[in-house]
Amino acid sequence: MSSEALNPELNPPHSSRRDSLIKIGTGLVAACYAGAAGYPVYRYLSTPVTRANEQGQVSTVSIPLKDLPGAGSATMFLFGSRPALLIHHADGRYVSFDAVCTHLGCTVKFEPRNSRIFCACHGGTYDMNTGAVIAGPPPRGLTNFKVEVADGHVTVSRA
Amino acid sequence: MGTLLYPEPKTKPGLYDWLDERLGISDVIALAKHKTVPQHRHSFWYYWGGLSLFFFIIQLFTGILLLVYFRPGKDAYDSVRQITYDIDFGWLIRSVHSWSANLMVFAVCVHMFSAFFMKAYQKPREFAWWSGLVLLLLTLVFGFSGYLLPMDELSFVATKIGLQFSNMIPVVGPVLADLIRGGPQVSPDTVQRFFALHVVVLPLLFLPLLMFHLFLVQKHGNASPPGEESRPASEKQTMPFFPNFFAMDLGMWLIALNVITILATLFPWDLGPQADPLASAPNGIHPEWYFMPPFHLLKIIGRFVPGVTGELLGMGLFAAVLIFWTLVPLFDPKGKAGRAGRFVTWGGVLVLSGMILLIALGYADLGYTHL
Repeated sequence: MSSEALNPELNPPHSSRRDSLIKIGTGLVAACYAGAAGYPVYRYLSTPVTRANEQGQVSTVSIPLKDLPGAGSATMFLFGSRPALLIHHADGRYVSFDAVCTHLGCTVKFEPRNSRIFCACHGGTYDMNTGAVIAGPPPRGLTNFKVEVADGHVTVSRA
Repeated sequence: MGTLLYPEPKTKPGLYDWLDERLGISDVIALAKHKTVPQHRHSFWYYWGGLSLFFFIIQLFTGILLLVYFRPGKDAYDSVRQITYDIDFGWLIRSVHSWSANLMVFAVCVHMFSAFFMKAYQKPREFAWWSGLVLLLLTLVFGFSGYLLPMDELSFVATKIGLQFSNMIPVVGPVLADLIRGGPQVSPDTVQRFFALHVVVLPLLFLPLLMFHLFLVQKHGNASPPGEESRPASEKQTMPFFPNFFAMDLGMWLIALNVITILATLFPWDLGPQADPLASAPNGIHPEWYFMPPFHLLKIIGRFVPGVTGELLGMGLFAAVLIFWTLVPLFDPKGKAGRAGRFVTWGGVLVLSGMILLIALGYADLGYTHL
């Protein structure tokens, strides 16, 4: 410390408080500017995310029966912005699941021969009737959708 | 025992010391503290180089943001329409980019004229002058190429007219114009080319040249106007670059940021109807203000000397001014005060007032034809 800084006349006691007030004030103004510039930039860059989320607000999807394959097979469709799986079982039942693997987000597939839903990325295996995890790394089962058949349409909705 | 012979220092070295040892930060700070900026009644003009730099940084930043959604080629208009009306705050980013482009050209021009009148082109700063002139030229090409990218009616016609200037160059002109356009007409191919030029070629040329220009400013420091130069050393006042001038620079940048924000928000940049190659040129068509001087000069000369002769005369006059401007360090060297120096200064006044007059007349003429 120099002798000037120790001299009370050159460096009156209130000045250090004033200095820190100036520093805090400058910091606050700088933060306001950063926020005012950063917010529009964030919104600008995240517009596609916002739009996709808005599209994802869909709660029902209706598919004509004539567009569906026969019993013992499955079809993929978009539920909002996410892929979903509709299985037409050999006994005539319909079940539907979110088709995004709960492990790392790969899209799963129905394997009628092995009677399972399988994720090729890391071998996650799900029950083809309930979507529950049978084997592999997924932390939880696939989200189950409600399925109704009426008026020549299969209607899938959030359970 | 080693620990007894070499006791540990009482204070552990902090993060700053750790970085400083490896990066030499204190050397840079010492250099910046050592550097001074002359202080006199014309010191205000020293801020315009920094302002040009600030506008360029804004251009770089908003330009990268626009790249996220812009699609060159035949989708150009549609993607700019999407940016302007569909993407959140897209209108603001685009508006800031357009306003800052205009302000950058303005700041670069002010910077150039202030350097001219301070005779900052004299020894040893000749290369700072020449690199600055090339930077100005690149800035204008940035402006010209960027103007076409939205591919609306105005930008389409303005580019068509602008490329006619290239057509006027004898022999190589028409070939050159066709190459720049990518065909005989301004088309999506032209947008694709201008896009490559605007976002890749020009920045690649501009950035190293800017570094060179800044290096020279660092090496030679700011030039003082001749009146200040002749004062005795005891009367010359200076200001430390760091932190004093640096803080003032930041203050100017803050003012510039506020000006851009106000302009971009209150007067958002328009997007006209989509370019239609079959549509006739809209009334009151005119170039950006910084291209007005050559545009209007040709218009005026064309009234007195019609046809190709008039065009060649106008182009010749403009070329002569450009050559005078480039070679000025050679025929107004340092230490040769007197007639040559005064001639050059009056030449500068003539060029500056001529440009302002041509811009004013150009806009007045537009108002007149609109009536």
